[in-house]
Amino acid sequence: MGRTLAEKVWEAHVVRRAEGEPDLLYIDLHLVHEVTSPQAFDGLRSTGRPVRRPDLTLATEDHNVPTIDIDKPIADPISRAQVEALRKNCAEFDIPLFPLGSADQGIVHVVGPQLGLTQPGMTVVCGDSHTSTHGAFGALAFGIGTSEVEHVLATQTLPLKPFKTMAVTVNGPLPAGVTAKDLILAVIAKIGTGGGQGYVIEYRGEGVRGLSMEGRMTLCNMSIEAGARAGMVAPDQTTFDYIEGREHAPVGADWDAAVAYWQTLVTDPDATFDKEVVIEASELSPFVTWGTNPGQGVPLSATVPSPDDAADDVERAAIERALEYMALTPGTPMKEIPVDTVFVGSCTNGRIEDLRAAAAVIQGRKVADGVRMLVVPGSVKVRLQAMSEGLDEVFKQAGAEWREAGCSMCLAMNPDKLTPGERSASTSNRNFEGRQGPGGRTHLVSPQVAAATAVTGRFASPADLA
Amino acid sequence: MEAFTVHTGTAAPLRRSNVDTDQIIPAEYLKRITRHGFEDGLFSAWRKDPDFVLNKPEYAGVSVLVAGPDFGTGSSREHAVWALQDYGFKVVISSRFADIFRGNSGKAGLLTALVDQDVVESLWALIEADPSTSVTVDLDAQTISAGDIVASFDVDPYVRWRLLEGLDDIGITLQNAPDIERFESARPSFTPTTR
Repeated sequence: MGRTLAEKVWEAHVVRRAEGEPDLLYIDLHLVHEVTSPQAFDGLRSTGRPVRRPDLTLATEDHNVPTIDIDKPIADPISRAQVEALRKNCAEFDIPLFPLGSADQGIVHVVGPQLGLTQPGMTVVCGDSHTSTHGAFGALAFGIGTSEVEHVLATQTLPLKPFKTMAVTVNGPLPAGVTAKDLILAVIAKIGTGGGQGYVIEYRGEGVRGLSMEGRMTLCNMSIEAGARAGMVAPDQTTFDYIEGREHAPVGADWDAAVAYWQTLVTDPDATFDKEVVIEASELSPFVTWGTNPGQGVPLSATVPSPDDAADDVERAAIERALEYMALTPGTPMKEIPVDTVFVGSCTNGRIEDLRAAAAVIQGRKVADGVRMLVVPGSVKVRLQAMSEGLDEVFKQAGAEWREAGCSMCLAMNPDKLTPGERSASTSNRNFEGRQGPGGRTHLVSPQVAAATAVTGRFASPADLA
Repeated sequence: MEAFTVHTGTAAPLRRSNVDTDQIIPAEYLKRITRHGFEDGLFSAWRKDPDFVLNKPEYAGVSVLVAGPDFGTGSSREHAVWALQDYGFKVVISSRFADIFRGNSGKAGLLTALVDQDVVESLWALIEADPSTSVTVDLDAQTISAGDIVASFDVDPYVRWRLLEGLDDIGITLQNAPDIERFESARPSFTPTTR
């Protein structure tokens, strides 16, 4: 019987298989950042274990780092200590590190692909749930906890039970004005935050094929918000064109051998998935979340839902609680809700195409009075590319703040936070209570909607701008 | 890791679904580089509310958490597991757990007992009626007993074995180092390194 893409990549990495045990899976690339690694390195030290393959490991500083005054020491002493711990650990264990100020520094899931380190058919892990991003290349990529980080550092493997497989097929091309972000928000709203639990999702169909690599990364990035461990897109010419020529891409005969192998990484026609979901692209429109989990989303043209729409008591309670936290009234049109802050950035939407899209909307316009707009590139390279295209000037002339690279307000570990009660339109991935700062209220949107919302001060799509 | 066989303690009802790891412990607490001392961060936003279940005196000293579905969604932070353990929890009971959280729990020695939602509802009713009710979780027998309730729970067989034995995963894997070496010697030349 045929195999799915995920099964092919899994099988190619089984180091050991024994009855009654999980498979032992080899890990091709281990990405490390400052937040989920210090306790893992301590574990290695206390047991006297070395890092098995520092040459398959890469560290970057992203979660904690400030996005202004980066030439000065980090002001928060606890953040500084964590960043310094990473530097010490990388030096001691001989792991390459891109520190703050380095030309390659940035969000771990932006850095891997831009260096050409993320390639089809690889296994990629990181102590970060948004590692699913790298699945856009046809890699099997998933987030792990700190105990697993230590396990990979020590053994370059992980004991894992095979995931189930789910196909999400997007029929037809995405309509104009609909982005990968809108697509994934619609997928999560459809299957729920637990709908993908235990699965690897393979995104298929014309609507996915037509996406750029960066769009595919946005799509796979938020697989975890549907509960799935990983998301994947089969590699194709779009993938190969993106990788070719990047710093760590294969060259010469290796390139030819690699492409020949990558072309086999497709789900066989006679393979079956454990679950299948179909999305009609023509039914999609710009999307926005109203609640406190990423499954609580509606089309931008819709209204705030009511607890009466709930399917059961558990959902009713969840809706009531979310409405209270978000200070929203059922039936309010989403486009009438005013925002205080607009955040463009994160591993979901902090790449160059995202910045270009936001800049195109805001060019020649102004951020509305009383609204703060933060633009935070996903990496130093993205930042420099944007500046070479003049995008920084577009944002600044509109009245937005142009920042240095990092995770920033996506999770508010650095000084970029919402104040209690503040409402944001954010291109990030999580609208959990307090995610962008204690008491903050987050609505997830695409970069285009974020930029249009900044202009009107209320949720809007570019089509709503006169 | 400490072996887990049978645990008996009192339990707290957490009547919420989709409790994400940002609620279990906000990012602000993740800056620490130690492995312990996260109890103050556990549910820190909710604990500011005097009516929150863990602030009620009758639920002081609980070691079993009975939570709504989709517990532990979101971020991969193992700090969520450590915070629950540092607070004193040995077991979380729910009808659905997020994958990464459940994996992290197994590694760190926190038992995640998977039951049907009606078992959760019965346990909630029981421990709300009498918060001093003892709840016994027997990993060997895979049962939860409290008052008149006796329910079986699901746990991954391999995780169960490791928890019962108190085994260190890395030690187990390193016994198979020759398999890893054999695999490494056959990796294709085009796979990248970070050098």
